[in-house]
Amino acid sequence: MDRSGVQISVQDLTHSYSSRGPVTFDKVNLESKPGEVLAIIGRSGCGKSTLLHIMAGLLAPTAGSIRLNNVEVKEPSPKWVMMFQAPHLFPWMQVSQNVGIGLKFANFAEDKIRERVEKTIKLVDLEEYAESNVQDLSGGQQQRVALARSLVMEPEMLLLDEPFSALDAFTRASLQKDVRSIAKSMGINLVIVTHSIDEAVLMADRAVIMAGSPGKIKEEIMVELPEERTAQDPEVQKIRGHLMETFRQASTATH
Amino acid sequence: MAAEIGTAQRSSVAVDLIVMVLRRVLFSAVGLGILFALWWFGGWLLESNPATMSFADFGPFPTIDAVPYMVQSGTLLDASLASGYRLGIGLLLAIATGIPIGILMGRSNVFRKLSNTPFQFLRMVSPLSWEPIAVIAMPTWDQAIIFLISMAAVWPVAFATAAGLAKLDRAWFKVARNLGASWWDILKEIILPAIAFDVMTGIRLALGVAWIVIVPAEFLGITSGLGYTIQDSRENLMYADLAVTILAIGIIGFLMDGICQALIKRFSWHRN
Repeated sequence: MDRSGVQISVQDLTHSYSSRGPVTFDKVNLESKPGEVLAIIGRSGCGKSTLLHIMAGLLAPTAGSIRLNNVEVKEPSPKWVMMFQAPHLFPWMQVSQNVGIGLKFANFAEDKIRERVEKTIKLVDLEEYAESNVQDLSGGQQQRVALARSLVMEPEMLLLDEPFSALDAFTRASLQKDVRSIAKSMGINLVIVTHSIDEAVLMADRAVIMAGSPGKIKEEIMVELPEERTAQDPEVQKIRGHLMETFRQASTATH
Repeated sequence: MAAEIGTAQRSSVAVDLIVMVLRRVLFSAVGLGILFALWWFGGWLLESNPATMSFADFGPFPTIDAVPYMVQSGTLLDASLASGYRLGIGLLLAIATGIPIGILMGRSNVFRKLSNTPFQFLRMVSPLSWEPIAVIAMPTWDQAIIFLISMAAVWPVAFATAAGLAKLDRAWFKVARNLGASWWDILKEIILPAIAFDVMTGIRLALGVAWIVIVPAEFLGITSGLGYTIQDSRENLMYADLAVTILAIGIIGFLMDGICQALIKRFSWHRN
């Protein structure tokens, strides 16, 4: 698939769960260029997950807009797919059925579904589990199925809401690397919400720090690192330290 | 060597399985044997007492003697088919009504709050209390009986369906919407498969209730069915035929429940 991603434009986005309730975040502005991996870092409660839900069309903003290549996001669509902290697979289905369910909703022909599902399951290294019930898989494998379920739709944007936080360190590291690599090869924009600085450094091209109540974007930092990155690399450590300090200052300044 | 070990392991598993099945069969056989013994004892007590001697045909041996006639004359088959027809239609109506009601109760807070008290009230009304209304409202006796069966069976189906919906992971709907599912997709691909186990459990309960209701319901002005056969046997003092009919009711009910259990197992995706 020869694609280069989409221009993401978040303009003056504001959200409040009720008209009299507290404002979750206020006038958030954000741009992300085609094919970029953007990490949104923040403490719990700063509104980053809510922001992601709005970007997925699962929640409506109180004000402002989100556009992908100038097309406004108003409702959920398989073009902007979200992966959650838990995989939320359908436990009565096998791996291949879970992966292909979005294509079934889109009324794809059976042979086309089979072809795309096989290709995507191979991409996430789950070929031998294609006919297994998803309840028989480990946590990491289930997240790979959730990833495959998203990728099979060939989305323009993939939104990740702390999808690796419940996994062990080895599985997390493996998935972080694979997800970035797959997104880059498929030309998909990635937007990752995380509270882990390490994850942001290992996966992102750019990181924004969200802090305060209501949440606001406080800082933006370029993560200019090679494609092959490990936590032990000196360059990775340097950026990690810079990000950590910036995050600490941004969080302190709001209190 | 590895092949020999594999064969030995497979043989051991097969032996364990046979022992388990035999154990189950043995326990069931002993249990039924105890029941038969109690039945025989009851029959002996009836026969021993001059005041109750005329009811001695309730005992097991007169009953067994009456079985060939009841089978060969077609009495049992005709009665079973007539009751089966009414049960089947009544149950289908209960399922067709109960599942949508259950889905509404599960999906709509407003509907659940509005309907909970009236439904709980209606559920506690003995199904046979509706008999006078059924007889007035329905044009035929058959339809009156089917109405009673539906009134008995709808509540287990509705409440089990609602309970199944309450257990659904809300995130599944979020995922489905995100992947572009329509409301029909969500119903067909998410809700129905997810609640199939609970619905089947409700249907099993409904079947049990309906099977209990059908016999007294068939005491109404009809001339077919297992309930009618019991009443007819009683009125003609044919107690052995009555006991055979009771046996048939038990066996048919047991088999239907077994089918339900197999279906529940088939639809169950739960691992715990």
